[in-house]
Amino acid sequence: MSAKVRLDRERAVALLRQMIRIRRFEAKCVELYQAQKIRGYLHLYDGEEAVSVGVVAVLRPEDWLVATYREHGQALARGIPMRALMAEMLGKLEGTCRGRGGSMHIFDARNRFLGGNAIVGGGLPLAVGTALADKMAGRPALTCCFFGEGAVDEGEFHECLNLAALWRLPVLFVCENNLYSMGTPLAIAEAETDIAKKARCYRMVSEAVDGMDVVAVEAAAACAVERIRAGEGPVFLECRTYRFRAHSMFDAQLYRSKEEIEAWRERDPIDRFARWMAEVGLLHPNERAAIEVEVDREVEDATAFAEAGTLEPVEELERFVLMDEVPQEQLLAPAGATP
Amino acid sequence: MSAPPTTTYRECCKQAIRAALIADPRVFLMGEDVGRYGGCYAVSKGLLDEFGPERIRDTPLSESAFVGAGIGAAIAGMRPIVEIMTVNFSLLALDQILNNAATIPHMSGGQFAIPLVIRMATGGGRQLAAQHSHSLEGWYAHIPGLKILAPATLEDARYMLAPALLDPNPVLVFEHVVLYNMEGVLDPKVSSVDIEKAAIRRAGRDVTFVTYGASLFKTLEAAEVLAREGIEAEVIDLRVLRPLDEATILASVRRTRRCVIVDEGWRSGSLAAEIGMRIAEQAFYELDAPLRRVCSAEVPMPYAGHLEQAALPNRERILATVRALLRPGS
Ligand SMILES: Cc1ncc(C[n+]2csc(CCOP(=O)(O)OP(=O)(O)O)c2C)c(N)n1
Repeated sequence: MSAKVRLDRERAVALLRQMIRIRRFEAKCVELYQAQKIRGYLHLYDGEEAVSVGVVAVLRPEDWLVATYREHGQALARGIPMRALMAEMLGKLEGTCRGRGGSMHIFDARNRFLGGNAIVGGGLPLAVGTALADKMAGRPALTCCFFGEGAVDEGEFHECLNLAALWRLPVLFVCENNLYSMGTPLAIAEAETDIAKKARCYRMVSEAVDGMDVVAVEAAAACAVERIRAGEGPVFLECRTYRFRAHSMFDAQLYRSKEEIEAWRERDPIDRFARWMAEVGLLHPNERAAIEVEVDREVEDATAFAEAGTLEPVEELERFVLMDEVPQEQLLAPAGATP
Repeated sequence: MSAPPTTTYRECCKQAIRAALIADPRVFLMGEDVGRYGGCYAVSKGLLDEFGPERIRDTPLSESAFVGAGIGAAIAGMRPIVEIMTVNFSLLALDQILNNAATIPHMSGGQFAIPLVIRMATGGGRQLAAQHSHSLEGWYAHIPGLKILAPATLEDARYMLAPALLDPNPVLVFEHVVLYNMEGVLDPKVSSVDIEKAAIRRAGRDVTFVTYGASLFKTLEAAEVLAREGIEAEVIDLRVLRPLDEATILASVRRTRRCVIVDEGWRSGSLAAEIGMRIAEQAFYELDAPLRRVCSAEVPMPYAGHLEQAALPNRERILATVRALLRPGS
């Protein structure tokens, strides 16, 4: 476990709790999916929690966040209330997007959370745009953009890294390299599999980090945002990670072995961090269990809230196809933002 | 008093952009060769000197990235005017336009509006062959969440941009390539236009033409020929391809009881098909004759001039269509 950052107990516990929240929330989602209360595609983040928790921890309220369809982790880490998130999963009016987006399309203007994008690579141009606007307006915010290594195959990846570097835009690119794009291993999709190196070709600072180590991710992200906020332009972070479960709920996982998955499970970001915390005296005995009990209570509360939620009236089907005005919450600086 | 000076459609487009840049510090122009080169149709010539490279932004050849960046910038408070050289290249940005610009406001439950303008040249007629002559505005008009404008007149070229920039929705503006050199005098009485209504460019009682863009002028010419034959045609310039101003179309067709749609798009699945169907749904019993349309031939646009002219809607085809409609069997 990297000890590049000095972690106080409170902060370490917060990181651990956040990862557990994501893990337990999604475990519940699987149950609800099997009960057919959640439908459509459901992409789990199981195994990758350290990436979003480590990165989002260093963001400020005024920063933008752009994510993919595998974004429950980012959403929870960013502070989107679990109730609204679960209600969205169930397609309820009380959800983040009134039930219109579902699992793959979480949006939350108040938290500067710009999706939830289910087109591989489709979020990168948006991130370049929010960063451009912040830079042109002289605001100190940055944009953090998450995507999988599958997006590296897409043209947008190259167009956007180039544009962000060319214009020295405040973007933190975070590649969640979990080795597979659906069933396609990186090596049969890319001639050069060193993703961090590719980013360097666009003349930006770029680093690969152990994405199963929340402390290492946070430390790398902290360095990255420091550079970005100092006006040095975009920074690229490749987080090497692994998803423990299927790509989505429809995946027989023919493309990888049980042994491989088991080997990666040995590096479970939550177990590993908790173990390390205990070793160095940051976690009291039974504390993890206590956190889990609390988190389970939160998950149950969110589930009850979502189940009790209402459905958007069908008469509102066409509402917001065209907007009457730019919503206030889109314009206002979020609570706590530095002016 | 001296005669009012003549201007061009190109100059009107430029003055519209210039006025927008002066009026609102959030406005900027971004696209390929908009700065140093002056725009591939010379629309933005001189603007770089006047406004500087921050607000007149040359981009790399990355349609998806800079269109998506326009969307992101609009969400984060700017008022971008994104120029795509031509509609043909907009296909490389179609994902951003459809899956993000047109979708995010609704999909986010109304949390984000996207006040963005995307301008592009469209259409054929300059012997640029198949890959540079598409007329795909009808495709874009298929998409809920977008507003689609097709300025044909000098006044619309000059004044449509301002309301488009005030609109909280993504607005696509299609400028027909053959119109850039069109000369004329800007009506001094006009200082603003709406982006909601179709315009009746010629009043008539015998047949309604519905058209837009460069086809407007071919249609007006045809109407003049018909007038000499005693046929008074009404000519509607759609101006706004989405949302369609149905009321103006239906009111006219109810008066004339006949309608010919002139649309440079391919016929199958076209805007012309949509307009025809709306008339059929809502004014069928008021028609005295079948609906007709003049569209582009369903071929990739050929380079050779005579083939290209044969493929595009032209005055002769418009006339033949109307005559067959008014004098069946003749
Ligand atoms: C443009 C596009 N092509 C294909 C798909 C189908 N698809 C969904 S997820 C996925 C794999 C993406 O892998 P990666 O970017 O590594 O992210 P991960 O799912 O591993 O988190 C594919 C091919 C898509 N959604 N968008």
